[in-house]
Amino acid sequence: MIEFKQVSKVYPGGTVGLNNIDLKIEAGEFVVIVGLSGAGKSTLLRSINRLHEITSGDIRIDGKSITSAEGRQLRVMRRGIGMIFQSFNLVKRSSVVRNVLAGRVGYHSTLRTMLGLFPKQDMELAFSALQRVNMLEKAYQRADQLSGGQQQRVSIARALAQEAKIILADEPVASLDPLTTRQVMDDLRRINREMGITTIVNLHFVDLAREYATRIIGVRAGEIVFDGPATEATDEVFSAIYGRPVSEDERLGGRNVEAI
Amino acid sequence: MKPSEGYPVKPSPSLKKWMTLALLLALLWLSVRETEASLSELIGGIPEMGKFIAKMFPPDWKYLRVVLKPMIETIQMAILGTTFGAIFALPISFLAASNVTKGWALRTPARFILNLSRTIPDLLFAALFATVFGYGPLAGMLALSFFSFGILSKWAYEAIETIDNGPMEAMTAVGANKLQWIYFGVIPQVLAQFVGFVMYMFEINIRAAAILGIVGAGGIGIYLNRTLGMFRYDQTVVIILFTLVIVLAIDAVSSRIRGKLI
Repeated sequence: MIEFKQVSKVYPGGTVGLNNIDLKIEAGEFVVIVGLSGAGKSTLLRSINRLHEITSGDIRIDGKSITSAEGRQLRVMRRGIGMIFQSFNLVKRSSVVRNVLAGRVGYHSTLRTMLGLFPKQDMELAFSALQRVNMLEKAYQRADQLSGGQQQRVSIARALAQEAKIILADEPVASLDPLTTRQVMDDLRRINREMGITTIVNLHFVDLAREYATRIIGVRAGEIVFDGPATEATDEVFSAIYGRPVSEDERLGGRNVEAI
Repeated sequence: MKPSEGYPVKPSPSLKKWMTLALLLALLWLSVRETEASLSELIGGIPEMGKFIAKMFPPDWKYLRVVLKPMIETIQMAILGTTFGAIFALPISFLAASNVTKGWALRTPARFILNLSRTIPDLLFAALFATVFGYGPLAGMLALSFFSFGILSKWAYEAIETIDNGPMEAMTAVGANKLQWIYFGVIPQVLAQFVGFVMYMFEINIRAAAILGIVGAGGIGIYLNRTLGMFRYDQTVVIILFTLVIVLAIDAVSSRIRGKLI
């Protein structure tokens, strides 16, 4: 369970990123956060594993405060949270399996990981993670030989190898074409359902949010302006979140998908 | 060519550009005056150069046997100097790179050391070590180590500062400690480039090592100095040609390896 208690973030310069957020996300949920760019959805997501620091308030994961965690404690909490990025963030010159194994470093000593002495169990975790996203046969290819969608699936495998209980995905499909977008979203949903991993995704496609989310959170100007089941998120609700009518290029099925 | 009506016209060069050009020309003219460079002297010297070259022929090929050993010593100095330079350059370049070392408390001293080691020329290093450790290849090897260290670490930290932030961010997110973060997020991104730098440094060091002997730091330079002093230009030319062959061979090999890496 992830709990936000009166969380605020003010950027140096005075811009408000998050304004007094109270939020509770239960284990196993598939939450999609929507909002305009700059509304604070990325700040919200990244504050969970402290890639972004908050200015005040407290964020707790399974009852433990990550806000006050330091050093080793923080690293142990982070290894339980997988993260998927818009630009995949793989090491392009390294092999696929090495990228996946990088998800295991939080479990071992520095020396052991630097010598590449990952236990057999880790190798099996890495390979089964790759199998789950249908990337097993690419294990020994270099990451830069893969397409964008394939790279994103490798980064999902990295999060799985972490044995993460939570997956945060920050605009995971924003640089993908419509077809691979669905494959990646399908992978995320399957993992959420089969393994019960709490999944929180930032999206800006209205129809995609409705299709995959069990719960939608709308963010506007650093505040939560909608929080409810996907079925209740009508076009009117989205218009309210965006502060304007939903435009065609905010639908994946729309014609302007190339112009993302 | 002028564009048709209605399109923007290329702006004329501003005053600033002309001022820059004038300043550069003034600097050039001052340099010529201060160094007393004169074209007539250069032309007048051509017959002297001709005599010098004439004395080189025929080359004393038997001298090759004498300089073979010092040439090997030169190459060894370059290999060791490059290796030690590289070993110390990599860690300090992480400390000097602003995207790896965020706090200034470590970064500023690291950059200071780098800048300091680059302000001292290799020949000065060689002369210094030759007085401390005695004349010989050890001084040359040390001089090349320090020389390579300064240059390699500068190249390396500048390369590190241009890498993709993404994998490092990902390593933070998986809970890596700082060393794991560097090992998995930074090193794979710069390693090939760094090896390329080391190869290039080795090429430079071979050339540098060939003259270090002039200040007594071992290698082929001593023989170069000696033959010049005894006006045995027929032997000097053997050393020059031999060095040329070695440098060309190493250039060829290393540029092939560098080409494959990138």
